[in-house]
Amino acid sequence: MHELSIATSLIDVACDAAGDEGAERVLSLRVRLGPLAGVDHEALLFAFGFAAEGTMCEGARLLIEEVPVTVYCPDCDAVKRLPEIYQFTCPDCGTPTPEMRTGREMELASLEIDSHEAAHS
Amino acid sequence: MKPRILEVRTKILKHNDEIAREMRSDFARRGLFVVNLVSSPGAGKTELLTHTLSRLGRDYRIAAVVGDLATENDARRIATSGAPTKQIETGNICHLEADMVSGAIADWNLDEFDFLFIENVGNLVCPTSFDLGEHLRVLLLSVTEGEDKPLKYPTLINTADVTLITKIDIAEAVGFDADQMKANIQSARPGITMLDVASKRGDGMEAWIDFLVERRAAFLTDDNAVSSARS
Repeated sequence: MHELSIATSLIDVACDAAGDEGAERVLSLRVRLGPLAGVDHEALLFAFGFAAEGTMCEGARLLIEEVPVTVYCPDCDAVKRLPEIYQFTCPDCGTPTPEMRTGREMELASLEIDSHEAAHS
Repeated sequence: MKPRILEVRTKILKHNDEIAREMRSDFARRGLFVVNLVSSPGAGKTELLTHTLSRLGRDYRIAAVVGDLATENDARRIATSGAPTKQIETGNICHLEADMVSGAIADWNLDEFDFLFIENVGNLVCPTSFDLGEHLRVLLLSVTEGEDKPLKYPTLINTADVTLITKIDIAEAVGFDADQMKANIQSARPGITMLDVASKRGDGMEAWIDFLVERRAAFLTDDNAVSSARS
């Protein structure tokens, strides 16, 4: 289960960002995951819960936004959303579409933090 | 105190990516071409590596790093090829991370090598997102695994630069459908290079070695030649 490594990294990145803003606590985290990042959402939520203990993220809500897999189809000259992540062909014309535009994301998008007003004056 | 939203937009594996990027530039400065071998357990990474090191070792200076949950068996097998080998025991971690590799090679003088092979932990999912600073990611799929593996496990193949179909010498005995496997590989990763090998018997090994030599030559003449999956 590599989600524990990912949860630990996520908490490090979140605590650094929140700490820089003088936050006392992280209330929620919004992450963006592409299906091809290979992260199981349930496993990440589970790992996050105990990896967060004793950090600023303890008790925070983890909100996962799934990013669709999109590819560029050279024949249609357009970006298409793939219905199946194991079939890299244009859903409309069947042309192979190796050029991926989104789908491998694994990023911390934003945080909801509790902070002192003075910290960002 | 008032809750507020802070935009971050940072890669979760930022720390791993930074170490990997530093390693990759360091490897490039030294002309060291780094290959990351990934597959499910038992696809033949160690056997491939042992034979690759013996063949490539005639003309090049090679080292290997091997990851496993436990035991040093693989490192012992690979060391029979004569190449310097380090074992990383990951404990319960199902993949290698950049800092593990960086730690394992820390006391080597990397100027002494032309190729470094990293044998990842046998796992078809977990190594996907962990950049190890490699220039080439090689996915092994054995003929015993079933032709639909590329469809069932699309994430790792999506980051691979080349696919090796291994144990090709027993393909007939296990009723392997090569056309189906290749169609599935191309479905999950259109355009990817595919090679057939039988490490022990030697089928396809020459083409594989030539491929490695060509890729290293291209890497040496192009500073920006890095694996398509990473940047």
